[in-house]
Amino acid sequence: MNVAVCVKQIPDPAGELALDPSTHTLVREGKLILDDSDSYGVEMALQLVEAAGGGEVTLVSMAPNNETSGLRTALAMGAAKAVLISDEALAGSDALGTAKVLAAAVSRIQPDLVLAATESTDGYTGTTPVQLAELLGWPAVTFAKKVEVSPDSVTVQRQTEAGYDEVVSPLPAVVTVTAGVVEPRYPSFKGIMAARSKPVEELTVADLGLEASAVGAAGARQEVISVQAAEERKAGEIVTDEGDAHQRIVAYLEQIKVL
Amino acid sequence: MDRIWVLAEQRDGEPSTVALELLAAARSFAGTVGAVTWGSGAAEAAATLGEHGATKVYDAGDVGDSLPGPRVAAAIAALIEAEGAPDALLVGQTYDGRDVAGRLSARLDRPVLTNIVGLSAEDGALVSEHAIFGGTQVLKARFTGESPGIFLIRAKSFAAEPAGGGAPEVASIELPDTGATDGAKVKGRHEEERSGPQLDEAAVVVSGGRGLGSAEHYALVEELAGLLHGAPGASRAIVDAGWVPYSHQVGQTGKTVKPTVYIACGISGATQHMVGMKGAKNIIAINKDESAPIFTIADLGVVGDVHTVLPKLIEAIKAHQ
Repeated sequence: MNVAVCVKQIPDPAGELALDPSTHTLVREGKLILDDSDSYGVEMALQLVEAAGGGEVTLVSMAPNNETSGLRTALAMGAAKAVLISDEALAGSDALGTAKVLAAAVSRIQPDLVLAATESTDGYTGTTPVQLAELLGWPAVTFAKKVEVSPDSVTVQRQTEAGYDEVVSPLPAVVTVTAGVVEPRYPSFKGIMAARSKPVEELTVADLGLEASAVGAAGARQEVISVQAAEERKAGEIVTDEGDAHQRIVAYLEQIKVL
Repeated sequence: MDRIWVLAEQRDGEPSTVALELLAAARSFAGTVGAVTWGSGAAEAAATLGEHGATKVYDAGDVGDSLPGPRVAAAIAALIEAEGAPDALLVGQTYDGRDVAGRLSARLDRPVLTNIVGLSAEDGALVSEHAIFGGTQVLKARFTGESPGIFLIRAKSFAAEPAGGGAPEVASIELPDTGATDGAKVKGRHEEERSGPQLDEAAVVVSGGRGLGSAEHYALVEELAGLLHGAPGASRAIVDAGWVPYSHQVGQTGKTVKPTVYIACGISGATQHMVGMKGAKNIIAINKDESAPIFTIADLGVVGDVHTVLPKLIEAIKAHQ
């Protein structure tokens, strides 16, 4: 069982985030980290490969500036290798442009299964994995809260509004996993050392046989018109609990007729 | 704009709330509003869709044990082939809505604008509004390519309201066979037991965060929600930690809620959480840390320990009732 995991390297969400004033895209200078949302897919892939008794986990990522620090984190968790598509032409790519790049990369790797997060933490469009599946001509099962594999199929508990559906798909397929689906392991010291020498294949848009006009800002066919400060919600009354704050809450709930 | 289509999910003849919200938006921008629906009960749903502004309902029929994504997207693509593209397709950002929009986007080679919280018309085209950086800024965007623009819109962005429309014209459309992309099949459907209202429909939402300290203490959140006939919610931190399922998550990557009152217990107020709940009419926050960002938007902020405040609050409400 060979599993490819789509991972994204993003600016630290705990840091200061900003938009480039001219392109209105997220500023991605400096160190990028592995999106926390992706650690679940990496962990799930490692567990599925182990359960299948063989195979390996390959990371697939796209980044504007040959950034690999986030990939090293996932390699340290146990992924065998990575494919990084890095090209100036990719700046400003939207979800569909990203899916085109990932589809070309996945076609080279030919995995049995592709895992991805339901959405990234920075862009959070949540459409890339399904666009990827359509471009590959594969089935997709999104919002998985449990995943099991057999040699030729994957069984997923898929989140629904009412509960969950049990969905079975033939392989190859794309599956997106929700956070909390498994507990991601922390990279061990040995894992971190080993990750330094694991192969990261760097490819350009041309290497994948894609036209530069199909990806990046040129391919996105959308534009930001304006960015303005939102109407602010004002802070109300702040009280410090001295043993009676619950009474203040009860009074508030009475006032708004909830009680 | 001449024509806007809405992806209208329905269940047992009842359209989803977000479908009705999108119809309210669509009819304010276009004279002809089409609603694309599917599944058993679609025929019964047509009347309600008409009341809310759909002038034409396209019924793709039952998808059986298929996931809706590939086949409904193929049905819309075929419809566009036959009738021409509408100016815009509005899709609710639900589990199935995202699948349909993503599949259609790749099939038609059209981009998707996502996480939309508002729409306006400028120069005869739709402009989308997006809440970014935790809702502190509003970004406006538009498509520059060929129609249809595919708009993925978050629930609660518009108010659903009947328009007094008559019975719509109903047209059956074909659900094409999409081969391999339709390989995933639903083998069983499980409904999770829920004693109270649905999270995104509830008038009262009580949410818990990391400040609860451990998964066991989430029971306090559930008990308080139950007493107030509300729904329990959660921050991303405790969903990621595996304390509660993803379906409870409020925020950017979870549900948007706009209850009468939102009670945040041990939630610091990360931007990704606040964007999902700052539309609540009233916000009450309980947190130990007086510098927690949640206090900047709370109507009533209690600087205190949830482990002492919540049990007392629960007892006080029980006594009150």
